[in-house]
Amino acid sequence: MALDLGVFCKNTLDGEVVDHCFSAIFGLAKNSDPSYLDWLMKAWGWTLAVAGLGLTIALILGVVMGTLRTLPNNGSLSGWLVRLSTSWVELFRNIPILVQVFLWYHVIPAFIPPLKAFPSYWLVSIALGFFTSARIAEQVRAGIQALPSGQRAAATALGLTTAQSYRYVILPMALRIVIPPLTSESMNLIKNSSVAFAVSVPELTLFAMQAQEETSHGVEIYLAVTFLYALSAFAVNRVMALIEKRTRIPGFIASNDASLAH
Amino acid sequence: MLSLDLSFYNWELFTNYILKGLLFSVQLTVLATVGGIIFGTLLALMRLSGKSSLVYPATFYVNTMRSIPLVMVILWFFLLIPMLIGRPIGADLSATITFIAFEAAFFSEIVRAGIQSVPRGQGYAAEALGMTYGQNMRLIVLPQAFRNMIPVFMTQTIILFQDTSLVYAIGAYDLLKGFEIAGKNYGRPIETYILAAATYFVICFSLSKIVRKIQAKVAIIR
Repeated sequence: MALDLGVFCKNTLDGEVVDHCFSAIFGLAKNSDPSYLDWLMKAWGWTLAVAGLGLTIALILGVVMGTLRTLPNNGSLSGWLVRLSTSWVELFRNIPILVQVFLWYHVIPAFIPPLKAFPSYWLVSIALGFFTSARIAEQVRAGIQALPSGQRAAATALGLTTAQSYRYVILPMALRIVIPPLTSESMNLIKNSSVAFAVSVPELTLFAMQAQEETSHGVEIYLAVTFLYALSAFAVNRVMALIEKRTRIPGFIASNDASLAH
Repeated sequence: MLSLDLSFYNWELFTNYILKGLLFSVQLTVLATVGGIIFGTLLALMRLSGKSSLVYPATFYVNTMRSIPLVMVILWFFLLIPMLIGRPIGADLSATITFIAFEAAFFSEIVRAGIQSVPRGQGYAAEALGMTYGQNMRLIVLPQAFRNMIPVFMTQTIILFQDTSLVYAIGAYDLLKGFEIAGKNYGRPIETYILAAATYFVICFSLSKIVRKIQAKVAIIR
C-alpha cells in the first residue's frame, strides 16, 4: 500500500488539488481556499495552545500543592494546608482526564456563570492543568522528602522562618531534583491534550478524526498527526533538558533516587 | 445558582444504562492487565536478552507506544485492524486489542525495572547451581521481581481503568458512555457527569487505598 501525501495539498472544501499547499499560512495566495496542510498546521497550533496553557497552570499549582503537602505540622494553619493539598491531589488524580474535561465544559460553568464566557480551549486547559498538577505535586513532594533532613534542620538552626527555609534552602534544591520527572509529566500533558477533541476544540486529534472521514486517506492523516505529537513532546523534552543543564548546581550530582523515577 | 436533582438516579437507571458500561470498563481493564503483563514480560525479557535482533524491535515498539497519545493509538488500531483483516471490527473488540497492545509497552517497563531490582547475585547463584536461563528466570528472578512489582502493577491498573474512558473516541459503550447516554435520555447531563466523576473517584480512590496497604505487606525485607 503506497502512501499518497498529495492529500495534504487538497482543498478542504471540494477535494481539488490547490496551487500552493501552504497557501493560507504564508499568504502565497490570499484568496485560495485552505488545504489540508493548512488545517493540519492550525490544528497543531491549537494543540500547542491548549498544552502550553495547561502546562503553565499545572506547574504553578503542582509546585504550590506539592510544597504545602510537606509543611511541618506545627499549627492549625499548616495542618489545614496539608489537608487541603492532600485532598487536592486525591481529588484530581482519581477522576479520568476525559471526565474532568466534561466537568469543566458542561458542569462547572452551570454553577459559575462567568465561566460560560470562556473559550472552550481555556476550559480544557484548566482541566488538563488541574489533572496534571496533582501528579506534579506528588513529584515535588517526593523531591522535597528526598532531601537530607539536615538541610531543613540547618535552615532552622540559622534562624530562618518556615517560609524562608523553603524559599532559600529547600525549594532551590528540590525543584532541581524533580526536573526529570517533571519532564515526563510535561510530555504526558501534551499527549493528554488529545482529549480536547471531545469538546470540539479543533486540535490535532479532532483534525485526524474529521480529515480521515472526509479524505479516506486515514493512514497519511494519522501519520502526520502522530508525527506532530511526537515532535511536540520531543521539543518539550529538549527544552527541559536544557533547563536541567543550565540550573545544575556545580559539583552536585543529581541523585538517582528510585522513588522519583515514576 | 443551579439546584441539583439526583432523584432520577435509581436502581432501574443503574441496571439499564450504567451496569453494561461498568462491566465493559472492568472487563477491558482486566483483559488489558492480564494481556499487558504477559506480553509486557515477553517484551522486557527481549529487551534484557542482550541480543540485538531482539533488543531493537522491542525497544522500538515500547518507545513508539509511549510517545503517542492513547487516543491516537485507539484511532490507529480502529483504522488499521479492518484494513489488515479485510472486514470491519466492532469498537469493543478493537478497544480490547488496542489496550492489550498499549499496556504491554507500559507493563514491560515496570517488569524491566522489577527484574533489574533483583540483586545480580541471585541470578549468578542460580547459574552457579547449573540452572538453565529458563529455570533461572522462572524459579529465581521472576518470582522475586513480580513480588517487588505488585504495587506498581496495581497503580498502573488504576491508571488503566481511568484510561478506558478514552474509548469514547471510537464510541464503545463503557462506564462514561453509560452515564452520558442516561444523561441524554433523562435530560439531566449535568447530574450524570457529576455521578460519573463520583463513581470513578470512589472506585479509584478505594483501589489506591488498598494498594497502599498491600505495598506495606509484600515488601521484601532483606
